[in-house]
Amino acid sequence: MMSNTGNRVTQGQFSFLPDLTDDQIKAQILYALKHNWAVSVEYTDDIHPRNTYWEMYGNPMFDLKDPAGIMQEINECRKTFPRHYIRVTAFDSTKGWESPRMSYLVNRPANEPGFLLERQERNGRAVGYTIRPYATLKPEGERY
Amino acid sequence: MAEATTETPAPVRPKGAIDLNQMLKDSGVAEVLAELDRELIGLAPVKKRIRETAALLMVDKARRDLGLDNSPPTLHMSFTGNPGTGKTTVALRMADLLHRLGYIRQNHLVTVTRDDLVGQYIGHTAPKTKEALKKAMGGVLFIDEAYYLYRPENERDYGQEAIEILLQVMENQRDDLVVIVAGYADRMARFFDSNPGFRSRIGSHIDFPDYSDTELLQISELMLKEQNYHLSPEAKTAMAEYVALRRQQPHFANARSVRNALDRARLRQANRLFESNKPIMPEDLSTLEADDILGSRVFHSGGEVAGQTARS
Repeated sequence: MMSNTGNRVTQGQFSFLPDLTDDQIKAQILYALKHNWAVSVEYTDDIHPRNTYWEMYGNPMFDLKDPAGIMQEINECRKTFPRHYIRVTAFDSTKGWESPRMSYLVNRPANEPGFLLERQERNGRAVGYTIRPYATLKPEGERY
Repeated sequence: MAEATTETPAPVRPKGAIDLNQMLKDSGVAEVLAELDRELIGLAPVKKRIRETAALLMVDKARRDLGLDNSPPTLHMSFTGNPGTGKTTVALRMADLLHRLGYIRQNHLVTVTRDDLVGQYIGHTAPKTKEALKKAMGGVLFIDEAYYLYRPENERDYGQEAIEILLQVMENQRDDLVVIVAGYADRMARFFDSNPGFRSRIGSHIDFPDYSDTELLQISELMLKEQNYHLSPEAKTAMAEYVALRRQQPHFANARSVRNALDRARLRQANRLFESNKPIMPEDLSTLEADDILGSRVFHSGGEVAGQTARS
């Protein structure tokens, strides 16, 4: 995309910043744990913005006090899926919220080809737009 | 241990000198140690070991601050002793101590037993153990009755798998987690013999002695005081007698037996107050009389209470 000069996917928090270091990730997790949000690790290789539901890596983690346990999980996920997108989500279960309060990428493939923009000619010179990640032209598991 | 020495006027220190006593004060460790002395009766050898450990950790910390040493010390511990000798209570204090010294990040203690670590079928153990470990990360994992983890009589037991995962984390994530294993002395000795890896990864072994009769009496008074009760002078003698008798019987669990006895005594006291049909003074509500103690099974039925002693 034109606005994304680094050719990097920008989804979730902190995505316009350089990648977070492990210490920074831990600090962010600690913030979530302090608010009693359930933290989970998710991964995908289909980075379409409308792809909301990613694969879960293990169960969401409840009752944790310290980020070390989650960091361990993240590292295991990175080892298993080194070329996938991995994100950390913090879910707030309090009434009225019941939704993710934090979500940020902690792993991304080395090479991100970006998105293909397709235009559909419609009646009366109207144009419809579709975007599609170049990577999804390949079958699942072989992307990136 | 800080109090005595800080009183003396400090001599002029050379520049760059480290004041360990000041560090002790600043970290709030002295407070924990004083609390330990005040609130735990007896256990002299345990307190001594904790002091020694605290001193060692303090010095280690000073060394690390100066860059003399950067390998984290082995903090895993084993508490052995008979039931009711205060292992869990001391573990809680230990977590507090380690937190104040900055060796663990969170002041929390997660207590687990075999059930929380070992699964029921193949592939169940690893996730279960990891879950427990994750919950304890950053703090202290207290494994009660740790010797149950290993069951030599059943070769298909999954306990071994849990032990292996534990050992791995104990070795590789020493700055994330402190493990304290606890259990009866003889069974723990057998457990360590069959798992030599465990013994070598544990830094300090602390043995909890049984309480003496006078100590148990003091403990009972302290327990009652916390609940705003007290013993009448006759009840006190009765209690001393009770402790001596109870010790002879099977399933004696030191302070825990005393607590249970006191709970029963309170029950009897409540009944007595109801049946007395006399006007009750506020004082009566918080006094345990000799009869409340003497009503215990321990006094009138020799050894036949074995099966029910947990409740007597």
